[in-house]
Amino acid sequence: MAVLQMQHISICALKKDRKKILELLQRMEMIEICDVMKEDILFQKMDLSNSKTIFEKNVSIANNALEILCSYVKEDKSMLSSFSGRIVTPPEAYDSFRSKYEEVLKIAKDISACAKKIAEAKAEIIKLQEQLEMLKPWINLDIPIGFKGTKSTVVHIGILPNEWNEEQIYVELASCMPVHLEVISKSKEQTCVFVVCMKEVSDQVIENLRRIGFAKPSYSSKIEPAAYQAEINDMILELQQGMEGAKQSIIKMSERRDDIKFLADYDVMRAEKYEVIGHLLQTRNVFVLTGYIAEKDKSAVEDALNARFDIVISYDEVRDDEEVPVQLSNNAFSAPIESVIEAYSPPGKGEVDPTFAVSLFYYMLFGIMFSDAGYGAIMSIACAVILKKKKNMEQGIKKMLQMFFYCGIATVFWGIVFGSFFGDAVSVIATTFFNSDFTIPPLWFNPAIEPMRMLTFAMIIGIIHLFSGLLMKGMQLVRQKDIKGLFYDVISWYALLTGSILVLMSMQMFVDILGIDFVLPGVVGNIGAILALIGSAVIILTNGRESRSPFKRLLKGLYAFYGITGYLSDVLSYSRLLALGLATGVIGSVINKMAAMTGDGIVGIILFVIIFIAGHTLNIGINALGAYVHTNRLQYVEFFGKFYEGGGRSFSPFKVNTKYYKFKEKMNNE
Amino acid sequence: MSELGIVFALLGAVLAALVSGIGSAIGVGMGGEAGAGVITEDPSKFGKVLILQLLPGTQGIYGLLIAFITLSQIGVLGGSADVSLVKGLLYFCACMPMALVGYFSALRQARASVASIATVAKRPEQFGKAMIFPAMVETYAILALLISILAVVGVGSLNI
Repeated sequence: MAVLQMQHISICALKKDRKKILELLQRMEMIEICDVMKEDILFQKMDLSNSKTIFEKNVSIANNALEILCSYVKEDKSMLSSFSGRIVTPPEAYDSFRSKYEEVLKIAKDISACAKKIAEAKAEIIKLQEQLEMLKPWINLDIPIGFKGTKSTVVHIGILPNEWNEEQIYVELASCMPVHLEVISKSKEQTCVFVVCMKEVSDQVIENLRRIGFAKPSYSSKIEPAAYQAEINDMILELQQGMEGAKQSIIKMSERRDDIKFLADYDVMRAEKYEVIGHLLQTRNVFVLTGYIAEKDKSAVEDALNARFDIVISYDEVRDDEEVPVQLSNNAFSAPIESVIEAYSPPGKGEVDPTFAVSLFYYMLFGIMFSDAGYGAIMSIACAVILKKKKNMEQGIKKMLQMFFYCGIATVFWGIVFGSFFGDAVSVIATTFFNSDFTIPPLWFNPAIEPMRMLTFAMIIGIIHLFSGLLMKGMQLVRQKDIKGLFYDVISWYALLTGSILVLMSMQMFVDILGIDFVLPGVVGNIGAILALIGSAVIILTNGRESRSPFKRLLKGLYAFYGITGYLSDVLSYSRLLALGLATGVIGSVINKMAAMTGDGIVGIILFVIIFIAGHTLNIGINALGAYVHTNRLQYVEFFGKFYEGGGRSFSPFKVNTKYYKFKEKMNNE
Repeated sequence: MSELGIVFALLGAVLAALVSGIGSAIGVGMGGEAGAGVITEDPSKFGKVLILQLLPGTQGIYGLLIAFITLSQIGVLGGSADVSLVKGLLYFCACMPMALVGYFSALRQARASVASIATVAKRPEQFGKAMIFPAMVETYAILALLISILAVVGVGSLNI
């Protein structure tokens, strides 16, 4: 339950070891590189952005190749493979890849080239097919379409709009005989004609033809249409063969998929390494690396480096005004919640790590909202199975699954407390199929029957949650040694809130609304009133203490006191525990009721099972989402609102930021 | 006139499911449109975008919930359907918070969701915060749900 203490680390070493040291640090993932010292005449930085760009380009070549491979040869993936995580690889594999590097890069480039070839061929084929389409009406013409005529004749080949037959055209050309014409093909839209005439009447013929809409064909060639068609078909065939060849070679190269993945990772790592080298201060023989390191990791780094290199390591405390990166460390129960904290914002300066406090409530709130033993069991078992099966999972996913595992257990607990097992499935099945009125009674009470009681319970949970938030604020103030603040901002509110609750609880009317069967005696109410008055007086008088003018102080104090309405709405906000809990239970019951309508024959049972499974799967999905979102909301808005601002920056170490392979440095203590 | 009681009660129940259902359908649809755009650029954001898209969907479920509780209270789902006119009107009133707040909060929540989807498209690491904005709107739907539940259950135990 803590924010890890960070320190500055400076490592000074010989330049000849630079590559090895950086690779080691990269695999250890424990240092965040930052610039602390300035350049001077002796120590200077190198500009390596050029080589970095080359690596990044290679990465995109490799990724492109992998994408192409994916579209031609599917990878075998099981349903759970997204949980598998990266393949753990010894560092030696990284070193030995160097010899294969050029070859694999060439393969990646070849794959891209093949894909490009296929794409071009496809475009070309479409173009050729269009030409074939254009050629179709001319296929019966046995001379080239571009044929102009002989010594004494002129040939007109072209298209007339609409449908014509030979006689109709002869009629149009009657004035300029002798003419010979043939209709090559005709359709409703156009008629292709071939007209031969003597040279002398050619002009007249063309004029007459134009009058009825004659036009030259849109293409011309020196070969007969049939031969041309064959030629195009040959070309298409050739292109198709080329495509098939390229496809085959891609499929063949897909055997090297793993190598290409390695290439992508290899260059990602190199690019990152070069980025870091750009930050190093270097002389001719020596370089200095500076960064942040968590105090607990110091010895591990020191041991690993000292064992292999000549090196000087020194540490500095971080300055007070510095923005130090935040790394959280928690026990196994709370650690899964860290991602929830980080999704909000890591703790800022002087703030405590709220993970443990949040985790205490997180599982419980989720459980109350999801509140079904059956659903919780399914969720926990699913998470446990995946966690068990996939040992090598990425940290983020692992934490998430662990979180939902605990949430599931809490859900089972609250489901039993409120007597919900797949809604009211037990009693529905009992009455439908066995004609008995067997039910599992709730351990405590059924919220659907006694909603007011559940509402009261939800608000009590809310008050406890909010009071814990205030407690966290108090702890924070104590840590900052602000005892005055503790008294003015925390204890005063405790007095006011507790007092108000006592007063309310001693009023018969209020107790009746909540359905509680006891009333506090009037004396307690009076004590509560006094407590509340003292609390509010302290708040009004002190909460404007940073202002000088007494008038302003009073106004600010009054405004702070007005914050009591905020507490009211905060507590009411916990009514969602009731609402979402009921939603799960009632929708579950609706599903059971629908399923039970099918009766108890064989068909009825089959339909029952289908509706039951589909319906409850849907309900789990919807309500798990609702419970997750609203648990987060209660934590972020109501709980954090009392004490937590965040604003820190997560620790992002120099690390192996790869997609497919994980390189793990063997630690001495492993 | 006692036949009219059940008519009003059923009208209330149906409106709760109908109106908030329409709101959620529009809302989830808006989220889907925005989400589909994000997926064309980066399919890996599907999980996050889906959650944001589904947020305005809950109002429809709450409406269903109220409708269902009302139906079982007035005996439409089996039992005796004997509802006086006053009681029927009371049921009708009890369903209104969910119907109206459900509808409008779904629409507004959908707009917040769409905006949050845009946030996640650019800065996926801010998902936690982006999720909270639409969730804030939902509070009012939950409050309406609460009042509707309490009112429906309460009316059931009245003796008029």
